[in-house]
Amino acid sequence: MDTESTHSGYSSRSGRSNRHGDRSRERHKASSSKDSSRSERSVIINPPDTPSQESPVHNGEPLPGEPTPSVDQGDDAQDDNWGETTTAVTGTSELSISQEEVVGLGKEVQDRTQGFRRYLPLAVGSVVGLLMLLTPLAFVLLPAVLWPDRLEACGAACEGLFLSISFKLLILLVAVWALFLRPSRARLPRVCVYRAFLITLTLLLTMSYWLFFGVRILDPQDEDYHGIVQFAVSLVDSQLFIHYLAVVLLELRHIKPCYSVCVIRSTDGETRHYNIGQLSIQKAALTILEYYYRDFPLHNPALLSASKHRAAKHLAGLKVYNVDATAGSTAGAQPGNGNPSRAMVTASAKRKDSAHNELYYEEADYERRVRKRRARLVVAVEEAFTHVRRMKKEDERATPSDIMDVREAALAVFPSMARALQKYLRTTRRQHCHSMESIQKHLAFCLINNMSPKAFLETYLSPGPTLQYGPERWMADQWTLVSEASVTSGLKDGSEFLLRCLDFNLAVTVKSIPYIRVTEEFIDPKSHKFLLLLQSETSV
Amino acid sequence: MSQNFVPGQPVSVVTQRIEIQKLQHGDHLILGFSIGGGIDQDPSQNPFSEDKADKGIYVTRISAGGPADVAGLRMGDKIMQVNGWDMTMMTHDQARKRLTKKKENVVRLLVTRKSLEDAVKHSMCSYPKQIQAKPGFKD
Repeated sequence: MDTESTHSGYSSRSGRSNRHGDRSRERHKASSSKDSSRSERSVIINPPDTPSQESPVHNGEPLPGEPTPSVDQGDDAQDDNWGETTTAVTGTSELSISQEEVVGLGKEVQDRTQGFRRYLPLAVGSVVGLLMLLTPLAFVLLPAVLWPDRLEACGAACEGLFLSISFKLLILLVAVWALFLRPSRARLPRVCVYRAFLITLTLLLTMSYWLFFGVRILDPQDEDYHGIVQFAVSLVDSQLFIHYLAVVLLELRHIKPCYSVCVIRSTDGETRHYNIGQLSIQKAALTILEYYYRDFPLHNPALLSASKHRAAKHLAGLKVYNVDATAGSTAGAQPGNGNPSRAMVTASAKRKDSAHNELYYEEADYERRVRKRRARLVVAVEEAFTHVRRMKKEDERATPSDIMDVREAALAVFPSMARALQKYLRTTRRQHCHSMESIQKHLAFCLINNMSPKAFLETYLSPGPTLQYGPERWMADQWTLVSEASVTSGLKDGSEFLLRCLDFNLAVTVKSIPYIRVTEEFIDPKSHKFLLLLQSETSV
Repeated sequence: MSQNFVPGQPVSVVTQRIEIQKLQHGDHLILGFSIGGGIDQDPSQNPFSEDKADKGIYVTRISAGGPADVAGLRMGDKIMQVNGWDMTMMTHDQARKRLTKKKENVVRLLVTRKSLEDAVKHSMCSYPKQIQAKPGFKD
């Protein structure tokens, strides 16, 4: 079946001739710039998508001010009509763009995610770790190197200390690697106060030890080697304790839940509540965003257009122009002013009357349509799944042409359900989230894991968390933290801040978890006694 | 039953005397009604009592055309005495035994019901000068 067909943008959107010029040009620029980032020579024009798309993609991220659209699949043309066969029509959908423009755009956006800033903490951590590792070794080795003849012989106790130093250094090394030497998972607007404090403390400690070593041991060339080794051991101990402090400040303090935050998405009101520990505002924002990507269903701007139309209608209904000048006495003016406003109120009331009626029937109709399409889809998928079966032992003798691997099986099964699936996704306005490739991939996954048709369909019946879809939907580098309090200050009861993404906001309010007082009551197990209450009736 | 029933305290009610002849049914004598209640029973489940703490013996069912029905016993009557024996402080089983004594052919019951009280009140209201009501039996 010919599922890949190209079509010109103009033929699929017959009703929207006004904005074609601007939007398609932007879209072409966007889609082509994404590909051009891969190969600076070729410019691939991908045809724009179906009418319900509302926003262009720019190098995998939406352009500011426009909601998210569908995705280009590299060299394959993103094609929402893969369920229907359409004839290919070439023509006016191709536009040319200058190379420099395109290249410039690509470079600018890439810097935001892959900068050196991501590895800065790693670099600082390694430097400090190296310093901490080498200092005790230097303390132990320098006397042996600089004045070996005058040094006292190292007895058994002293050599025992060497063992202790080596193991402690090993443990410290592993601990520092586990806690600090990781590429950071996010870039926050300001430096973490605790990290800065700990690094300062470590450097201070190391400096003071070096100072002491230089003044009291190196200068007078002390012969007591045992004492010097003990000094080095004490430094390693102090470093281990600083590491313990780091664990408590950076990790443990964040784990115990202390505050309950309420996160509300501004566009559709999705609300979630989370319990988090004592964090700074920026760290809390980071944690909340990680939960956002896991819990909140995908933001779908296509679903909001209906309420926007209604809002526009309300505004339109309230526009009344007062032509009469308010001249004359106040007594005369008042009824004069009263009449237009009353007329305005009744006019808007009339329109409101029909507005809620409209909404009711529209929603009922939408529900019906969705349920109808859903029923057809479920039946189509179940039927499609009956055609394919895992190969068993006895089927080995079947003709080789019937035996296929999972990818071929998916491709063979897909066409029978493609049309129903596409219609359903169109009705629920989610067709831009799923490309043909991704559907086939998911189908192959379900076939390998012996999933039922219902399990396969679950992904498409309801919008999943944002992480489920490709990286082009994440917008992970578009977040802005808007806060009245300083972002490195800690969370407090009643703090509020805003996390702004391109076209929606997450409003966060913080409440502290209540102080719970639990009292006990002892019940003697022997105190459970019961009475039997009868009401019998006897005939005499 | 117009007063609240307090166990152990004397009670004054309007009663009716009913005499029932036992009927031979097979090899035992029957009276043709069922009783419920008793001091060992749960008084709150009694549908006929006004005061749900009343643990007296009540008539819960009357078989139509039986001796009790013929004698004038009605469902919901509280049995105060049986052949002179007080029934207000009896267990259910003791009450049953009192009513089903094989040697007696006749039982004379003293029963009370709400309609008796109402009838007396009604007559008192119509003739306000009469202070004393129609004679009631006290025990």
